[in-house]
Amino acid sequence: MTTLVNTMTAKVRRETERSLAIAAAALVIFLVVGPFILYPVFIMKALCFALFACAFNLLLGYVGLLSFGHALYFGWAGYLAAHAAKVWGLQPELALLVGTATGMVLGLIAGIVAIRRQGIYFAMITLALAQMMYLVALRAPMTGGEDGIQAVPRGRLFGTFDLSNEMTMYAFVVVVVLAAFFLIYRIINSPFGEVLKAIRENEQRAISLGYKTDNYKLVAFMLSATLTGLAGSVKALVFQLASLTDVHWTMSGEVVLMTLVGGLGTIFGPIVGAFLIVAMENYLAPFGQWVLVIQGAVFVICVLAFRRGIVGELAARLRVRL
Amino acid sequence: MFEVFGVPSQALFGQLLLGLINGSFYALLSLGLAVIFGMLNIINFTHGAQYMMGAFAAFLLLRHVGIGYWPALIVVPVIVGATGVVIERLFLKRIQKLDHLYGLILTFGLALIIEGLFRNYYGSSGQPYGVPESLQGGRNLGFMFLPNYRAWVIAFSLVVCLGTWFAIERTRLGSYLRAATENPTLVRAFGINVPRMVTLTYGFGVGLAGLAGVMAAPIYNVSPQMGSDIIIVVFAVVVIGGMGSIMGAIITGFTLGIVEGLTKVFFPEASNTVIFMVMIVVLLIRPAGLFGRTA
Repeated sequence: MTTLVNTMTAKVRRETERSLAIAAAALVIFLVVGPFILYPVFIMKALCFALFACAFNLLLGYVGLLSFGHALYFGWAGYLAAHAAKVWGLQPELALLVGTATGMVLGLIAGIVAIRRQGIYFAMITLALAQMMYLVALRAPMTGGEDGIQAVPRGRLFGTFDLSNEMTMYAFVVVVVLAAFFLIYRIINSPFGEVLKAIRENEQRAISLGYKTDNYKLVAFMLSATLTGLAGSVKALVFQLASLTDVHWTMSGEVVLMTLVGGLGTIFGPIVGAFLIVAMENYLAPFGQWVLVIQGAVFVICVLAFRRGIVGELAARLRVRL
Repeated sequence: MFEVFGVPSQALFGQLLLGLINGSFYALLSLGLAVIFGMLNIINFTHGAQYMMGAFAAFLLLRHVGIGYWPALIVVPVIVGATGVVIERLFLKRIQKLDHLYGLILTFGLALIIEGLFRNYYGSSGQPYGVPESLQGGRNLGFMFLPNYRAWVIAFSLVVCLGTWFAIERTRLGSYLRAATENPTLVRAFGINVPRMVTLTYGFGVGLAGLAGVMAAPIYNVSPQMGSDIIIVVFAVVVIGGMGSIMGAIITGFTLGIVEGLTKVFFPEASNTVIFMVMIVVLLIRPAGLFGRTA
């Protein structure tokens, strides 16, 4: 009996690994060919949001915690990274490090406050904390208020590679984001990740098994905020701009949308969702406020009829995990 | 004129009054959220948009139909409440059995749709709405000047809040409601139409938001984003109070308005973040909220 179960799980695992490897290969091929077909800036923007959505999904998809305030880490990390590159004159890799650390510290502080309540309250608390820091960003002299921090220098990576060259920047962004994707994949499939999934399924049960779930939730929250910080910092360097848009609550909503459209709790879902939503926004930009209406409609449709998302639906059809 | 801690009384009481006004709206809105949460188990993110709809409905009725403030006070909550009934029947009913988070996401989507539509037609600048004639002017109380309309808003919202509390806690209909909150299946077994009660509860909560919108129209500009500006603060108010108690929501709303007003006098830089700071402190000391039952 046990051997049967073992061979079964081994078979499932092999199949899962195979389908994930195929999807990853497709992503890499797309990223290599992409800049010759599409605008590199478009792909870089989508990649930043893809990382943002994956980091968010780490929390919602794998721990079941809905944060409605992830713009806080995304936007503030962007501010600090931009400040480090422009005012302190740091090299780009150090500026990214500053931004990422900002995400981590803010995530730790917000996490300590937010994990004291569950479910619906957790969402409201994270939203309120993000709004508070948005109001701070509106006033603080460092952020430049309505103007934001403009003309952020991309600088020279490790002092040698000139990032003002579009293709060099592209290669750098691809390497950073792919590395972060791999890290998220490893976190999800580590023993730590298994405990997170246990908390998602049944927190009381996990507590009764002796896990200090609050600590696990806090670490997961911090990891998510840290990776979100990385995404925000990269975006600040790509666009050479850090602005209020990235700390506003609409940004927190957007990342929920990307994750939901792509597929909650799937590895590739948030990436697909981010590319789709960014493409949709680029395409719809001339229609002004209709973007808001369409985004809202997509939310409603997803919740009512399409809860598994694109990748989740695909995975269910093909009977694999993606 | 006299001074309190070096602040002229005029400024102090002026801000206190503004605080009470804001507090009235916090109380009305968090009351509606609490009523809806109790029955439907969802956080109504659309609440801010529905408050905005109330203000716009009053504005449009006056401009296109010539219906003034006083009739609007009755007509608008009914209209906004009716849209709420439609929303409940069309959307919220279908996600009853899902995780609460889906309710939040769905109502967030609806809020985006409503705000986007209004922005399309009215831009993001505010539209003015005059104070009704019978409430123009004000009176001098000796230590401060009290505009009549503001006094009316505070008094009327207090009456509405206490009336709602009475209806839910002290009447037969309210006891059905509370019973259905505790155990809907059992209440259904007694022959009470619980699904209809759920729909009407949502309509009522949303109507309260619409009413708050009408009352807000002469004070703030009527603008599409007035709802999203206030709803996040109201969420913080709800976290501070805890959603277990109706009276708790009312008291917390008014108190936080006053706290905000006082902060504006003594420490103006922090006035728009003070409620969030109070929320953090309350979460660290009493995670269940001031009036919340520990879950």
